Amino acid sequence: MDNNSLSVEEIIHSRRLLKRKKRLLLLFTMPLLIFVFITFISPIATMLYRSVYHPTVSQLIPQTLVELKRWDETAEQLPDGETLKQFTIELRQLAEQRLSGKLAEEINRLKPGSSSLIKSSARKLKRKSEAELQQQGDQLLLGYSKKWQDITVWRAIKRAGPAFTDSYYLTTFDLQRNSDGEIEQRDTQIYLKLYWKSLKIALIITLLTALLAYPLAYYLANASSKIANRLMVLVLLPFWTSLLVRTTSWIAILQTNGVVNSTLMKIGIIDQPLELLYTQFATIIAMTHILLPFMILPLYSVMKNIDPSYYRAALSLGSKPLPAFIKIYLPMTIPGVSAGALLVFIISIGYYITPAIVGGTEGQMISNIIAFHMQSSNNWELAAALGSLLLALIIGLYWLYDRYVGVNNIKLG
Amino acid sequence: MKRLLPVIALASLCNVASADQLTAVSFGGAYGAAQQKHMLDPFMEKTGHKILFENYSGGIAEIKAQVESGNILWDVIDVEVIDLERACSEGLLEVIPQDTLPPGDDGTPAAEDFSEAALANECGVGNIVWTVLFAYNNDTIQGGQPSSIADLFDTKTYPGKRALRKRPQVNLEWALIADGVPKSEVYDVLETEEGQARAFAKLASIKDDIVWFDSWSQAPQLLNDGGAVMVQSANGRIFDAIQSEGKPFEMVWDAHLYDLDVWAIVKGTKKKELAMEFIRFATGSKPLSGMPEVAYGPTRNSSYAYVDEAVIPKLPSSHLDEGVKASGEFWADYGESLGEKFNEWLLK
Repeated sequence: MDNNSLSVEEIIHSRRLLKRKKRLLLLFTMPLLIFVFITFISPIATMLYRSVYHPTVSQLIPQTLVELKRWDETAEQLPDGETLKQFTIELRQLAEQRLSGKLAEEINRLKPGSSSLIKSSARKLKRKSEAELQQQGDQLLLGYSKKWQDITVWRAIKRAGPAFTDSYYLTTFDLQRNSDGEIEQRDTQIYLKLYWKSLKIALIITLLTALLAYPLAYYLANASSKIANRLMVLVLLPFWTSLLVRTTSWIAILQTNGVVNSTLMKIGIIDQPLELLYTQFATIIAMTHILLPFMILPLYSVMKNIDPSYYRAALSLGSKPLPAFIKIYLPMTIPGVSAGALLVFIISIGYYITPAIVGGTEGQMISNIIAFHMQSSNNWELAAALGSLLLALIIGLYWLYDRYVGVNNIKLG
Repeated sequence: MKRLLPVIALASLCNVASADQLTAVSFGGAYGAAQQKHMLDPFMEKTGHKILFENYSGGIAEIKAQVESGNILWDVIDVEVIDLERACSEGLLEVIPQDTLPPGDDGTPAAEDFSEAALANECGVGNIVWTVLFAYNNDTIQGGQPSSIADLFDTKTYPGKRALRKRPQVNLEWALIADGVPKSEVYDVLETEEGQARAFAKLASIKDDIVWFDSWSQAPQLLNDGGAVMVQSANGRIFDAIQSEGKPFEMVWDAHLYDLDVWAIVKGTKKKELAMEFIRFATGSKPLSGMPEVAYGPTRNSSYAYVDEAVIPKLPSSHLDEGVKASGEFWADYGESLGEKFNEWLLK
């Protein structure tokens, strides 16, 4: 088309029209955008913020932290008496407001074992008056327990102070800061390994679903509509069943005396039951089953729209069936394959329920650890950091995908 | 008049808040059923209030979320002492005035009637003494009858899977005891780096034979369907499976880790008074005496008057010498760091 044939006025006019149309469309999508903002964007933003902003300690003992600024934590010396007195005064106030446990939990995270130290000292300080502590708080404190002489406790208190912290992100990379403030490896190495494992499991599942779904979708797309519709119901039926039911039914199948094991034993293939449940194998099998429709449906819809005459034309022009399939048919299904693969991969990398139920420890994924920090260890900040990293990982993979395959190549229907 | 006063007070309370509803949360299973029968139902019948009874699997995360968001869904909760210590000092629970607890049915004042541990924390009132022990299935066990905690770690003599709850608590203590640490020194040893390494090394020696589970309800199930030949379990679950379902299970008392469960009130609930009323009722001599039905010991001396003699030997309180008291203080200090190490060890 030749754009130059339009006059300037015409271009301006058409642009204006287009703009108005766009504005109208925006108005229509407004409810959804607002909904997405409230339920999706803002929680993610809060999560990102939470992973770096942690003001608890700076709110609990602000004065002590001011005093601690004077103290050189690299020297092998306790903070001065004034600092200790200030600390006892604030700790006493915390004990009265029943908040000393909060401080104890925070410090304990950096220095395991200090929780009971802080709480028991707080209990004793509660009985003293503030004037008394101003006079001899430091001596009282050091008298309560020898552990207060331990410089690493005070380093932990100082290190817990800043409201903005990168420590949770360091932890997600299995790193930490040592007492000199340098970044070093943690002695526990879990999170990177887990991310890697989740990636691996997600990739395997994507591959398996693609291998299983491709021939089936091909058959469905080329069968008569009567048969195709009936079979489609079979694909969709499990899809409509509750996720929990489908997952727990795998327990019945895979457990020690379950369907698989007892059948194999009856036939005589094995004489000891195989260990199937609570393994990585169980996670992969169950998730492949659950995510299969996500692969079949886009594949089917793409294959359905492929004109069979291309393939026939290739054959009639002398090509052998297999090369014709690979050269002609396969490339045309790529939009379906990539849509299905992206769907399955992104869903499976953050999957939670199935690994939690059938995966045992071996089949755990990163989301299970995030849930662990939300539900059991109460370390929400670390959970937020881990979650943010997962989000970044998915966005990064999506970007890679877009670069090398092209998002425009995706076709869902 | 003295006896009438509480009745009048109660009656007026009923009038003011006749449609009041309380939400109580506990651990479910046979234990929850016993609480329903002996504590909740009689309370509802007596006062006319309704109690919704829900299950949870322990921990304080959900309580924390409710208190911090100011959206209190639970009023009364049954917590393990391991969690109580932490929840109370973090201000997640209401303080319960212990002087308002009623005397025992035999007239003993509450302060003397309750065991010391039952009133040790100002935020909770002791409910039961329970324990974690291991049990085996007579039908599937091979190599004899295990009798000590060392047998749990002896996969040569007693081959087969062991099911343990997936957390460091109890498992690390057992590993050390099986490795030869005296019961009284377990927590001192576990405080040190070497002690922790030793515990993990002992656990690692049977790692391939361990099945991990999350919720106590899975323990009897695993033992029953052949998932494991020995399981770690809350004693009541095994007792119930033997008693009411006739399962061929056997409990081993060696090195069991006993602890208390307490009733507590979530901080900031609008129904604090009613919740208090319920706890006073539920920790009375008679309601507590129903707990041995599932083999959990009552925390009041006066309750034993109602307990069936035959059940008493099966209660944890009759086996204290063989056991170890779980240390809430230790786990408040090291729960998180050992939890992380434990997770890392699992993934190795």
